[in-house]
Amino acid sequence: MMTARGKWTQLAVLALVIALLPLFFPSGYYYRVGALIFVNALSVVGLVILIGYAGQISLGHAGFAGIGAYACALAPEHLGLHPGLAVILGAVVSGIMALLIGRPILRLKGYYLAVATLGFGILVSMVLTNERALTGGPDGMSVEDLGLRALLRDLGWRLSGGEFWYGVSGFVLLIGAWLALNLFDSPTGRAMRALHGSEVAASTVGVDVARQKLRAFVISAVYASVAGSLLALQNGYITPDVAGFMHSIEMVTMAVLGGVGSVLGATLGAAILTLLPQVLTVFAEYEQLVLGAVMIVVMIFLPQGLLPSIARRIRGRGE
Amino acid sequence: MSLLNVTGLGITFGGLKAVDDVSFAVKPGEIVSVIGPNGAGKTTLFNMISGVYMPGRGKVELDGQDVTGTPPHLLARMGLSRTFQNLQIFQDMTVLDNVLAGYHLQESGSILADLLSLPGMHRRAAKARDGAMGLLTRVRLDKAASQEAGSLSYGALKRLEIARALALNTRILLLDEPAAGCNAVETEEIDHLIAELAASGIAILLVEHDMKLVMRISNHIVVLDHGEKIAEGDPATVSRDPQVIAAYLGAEETEAADADG
Repeated sequence: MMTARGKWTQLAVLALVIALLPLFFPSGYYYRVGALIFVNALSVVGLVILIGYAGQISLGHAGFAGIGAYACALAPEHLGLHPGLAVILGAVVSGIMALLIGRPILRLKGYYLAVATLGFGILVSMVLTNERALTGGPDGMSVEDLGLRALLRDLGWRLSGGEFWYGVSGFVLLIGAWLALNLFDSPTGRAMRALHGSEVAASTVGVDVARQKLRAFVISAVYASVAGSLLALQNGYITPDVAGFMHSIEMVTMAVLGGVGSVLGATLGAAILTLLPQVLTVFAEYEQLVLGAVMIVVMIFLPQGLLPSIARRIRGRGE
Repeated sequence: MSLLNVTGLGITFGGLKAVDDVSFAVKPGEIVSVIGPNGAGKTTLFNMISGVYMPGRGKVELDGQDVTGTPPHLLARMGLSRTFQNLQIFQDMTVLDNVLAGYHLQESGSILADLLSLPGMHRRAAKARDGAMGLLTRVRLDKAASQEAGSLSYGALKRLEIARALALNTRILLLDEPAAGCNAVETEEIDHLIAELAASGIAILLVEHDMKLVMRISNHIVVLDHGEKIAEGDPATVSRDPQVIAAYLGAEETEAADADG
């Protein structure tokens, strides 16, 4: 079980990995892969809060990633907003959307959230695909540069695009992990975990079950949105795929694979499933097949996910 | 003045009157037991009082205020708390975290303080932790505080549930079969605990099958059969009541017949 001390250990492990990994990079290309892993891990950490803490499932989180991504593409062009502020705008819009969807749905018991978010994700992806005039349709659109790298260059710190985004994504992931770990061992986090354990018991000790589920949903939506924004900014280009159903499934599979209750596990899950298509190019064509297989195998053999199962085994041996 | 007043309470499940026209009252510091054969409607009665079920008829009053059909988390704010017949423990959380969840109402501040781990959150958390450890000591689980709750024995889980229920500023505690499945030693521990709680001024409403326990500690007993109140009074009166004896003997006969069949 995680304790307050466990929080700093986990953050230290994560920080060390982010800092030391580049020593093993054979080429600059891997900075790009690393940045992509961190961005995926960020949205999966959000899902740890929703699925792992509060026990709710969303099948449409890519919708929020889409809102975040297109906020960064559209707001600078149409509203003249700085791309950095567009990230915040996207997060606010995603949070409000989550509030609007979650409020009526989360009063109900059962898997209504999964169904509602499934619909929401598909809706966002359809709007992004069909509103050609605004979004460029399935071809996507370009995203304005953040401008921060040029600023650093003027200050005498020359970074490649890959290096810069590796650093930024790693830093944002660390903040996301810190927030999620804070939440775990807080009154709100305990309330979320309590309702996950037993809704009726949680409510009899004063937990407003619907309200806490809604909080978890909104927070996780903001995570996905920020991750979508970072993806758009670092690629400089965005297509509606970011909001696609497969991306939602990918996120849930990463969370389940790594360990849905564990922030570090989520990062590991994101790393494995981001790397796989890079290593095995054939994977790209069978992505859906592989994701399905991973999900089934994990559910059968490692229901708690990779990292918690390994940790348990090591502890078991130690005793 | 009664703390809890139940008047004409009833509920119907698909044409079956699970509980019908039940009335009674509980005063602070008093132990009131609800007894009756299996299926008499005791747990259903509890679920209506604690807001888990919406009563079909009748009224529940807490401190003179009508709270009929109020959801459990709002009743918790008013000091009504309960345990469950089939344990409802947060299995994946530590023993301490289970009780801390009970401090939710006193402990929780803004979500931002929780996310950012602000000092205010730590102050509240430290206070709650002290209180929770105190409660765990009271139910003799303080040494198990950092264990995962799922690893505790059945009797210990029963005590943990009581500790968690006491974490809110509990004024009335509903205990649904706290001694079920416990051995003689564990039952005696729970017996002492309940008496202690009542002595400290908490009103206790108890559902229990262990008649020895009920007769020993109750101030007042309400007997249910087929959802209706068939008798009420102090232990001596109730145990002599011909209707009560008939209900229990009848139940035993049917149970014996079931066992033979």
